[in-house]
Amino acid sequence: MTEQHDASNVTNPEHAAHHIVTPVTYTIVFVTLLIFTGLTVIAAYVDMGIFNPVVALAIASIKAVIVILFFMHVKYQSRLIKMTVAAGFFTFAALITMTLSDYISRAWGLW
Amino acid sequence: MIVATHPHTHETAQPQEHEHVALPQHRHHFETEEQQREAGTFGMWLFLLTEIMFFGGLFFSYLLYRNWYYDAFVVASNQLSVPLGGTNTAVLITSGFCMALAVWAAEVRKKGLLVITLILTILFGCVFIGIKADEYHEKWEMHHIPGDHFDVAQFVNPHAYGLKEEPLPPDQAAHTQIFFSLYFLMTGLHALHMMIGLVILFWLLWRANRGDFTSGYVAPIENFALYWHFVDIVWLFLFPLLYLINRHPV
Repeated sequence: MTEQHDASNVTNPEHAAHHIVTPVTYTIVFVTLLIFTGLTVIAAYVDMGIFNPVVALAIASIKAVIVILFFMHVKYQSRLIKMTVAAGFFTFAALITMTLSDYISRAWGLW
Repeated sequence: MIVATHPHTHETAQPQEHEHVALPQHRHHFETEEQQREAGTFGMWLFLLTEIMFFGGLFFSYLLYRNWYYDAFVVASNQLSVPLGGTNTAVLITSGFCMALAVWAAEVRKKGLLVITLILTILFGCVFIGIKADEYHEKWEMHHIPGDHFDVAQFVNPHAYGLKEEPLPPDQAAHTQIFFSLYFLMTGLHALHMMIGLVILFWLLWRANRGDFTSGYVAPIENFALYWHFVDIVWLFLFPLLYLINRHPV
């Protein structure tokens, strides 16, 4: 059995180098999140009909993506990690959609 | 028969013949420290994905019941305090910001800064729990905790309480209990995650103060930060969904 040492990640370059995110980036992210929090409160008091929940969820999703990319370093991770995170959220969306389609189709037209 | 595939262990390895021997925390089954770090991050994310599914069931119940009993959800949601909820959102984001700075402090090996940022993370986490407790107490006094003592008076006769909402028929008003059940389940589960996080934070603080994480070994701080930010994200969705359903009654 041969042993392979790949200390410099030559054969497997997917092991991304440890990227240190600076406090400047964190501060920009922090301020952005606070601004979006203000925005979501303001938007809630504006009557947009059926678009109120859409806007609220859109803002929450933007905030979540910012947190995931920068606070949780996913932007700087290998494709394996990015894929793992995306797969998780995709599975969650698929489960919600499939369960909802069941509820909607059982009482068709009654909702 | 046990065949030794590794001629020597890390304890006996010499740097010149075993070039990736660097730090005592580097386990021998990982080729490089980057690989070890990535494996840790990968494992942490897998755990967080199970957490998404865990909270996901509650988010789905919310979605369904909100569609079924929308009017009850609106009036019940309007009983929550936007100033308190909004403040708590800002407090939680600040706590997450401090945790992100803690990761940076550990990476650049500044022990003093790491200890301070961890203390600030704990502090803001405790403020969040404190405000949450105050909100729960208010619901207790208003008899808005689902169960035998739940009181629908504010929802069937809102004008008597100085509320501008439209009165709900008693059967509709009873459905506000579903909103409050989901409110307490979701925020309670979130608060439980925060309290578990705070316990771990105290342990990390103790170890950070001992200098464990400022000699190149950042993984525990980094992976805990992932957990802490995940809990933040759950709240980023809970806040608009529970507090801001319909704040503009006509």
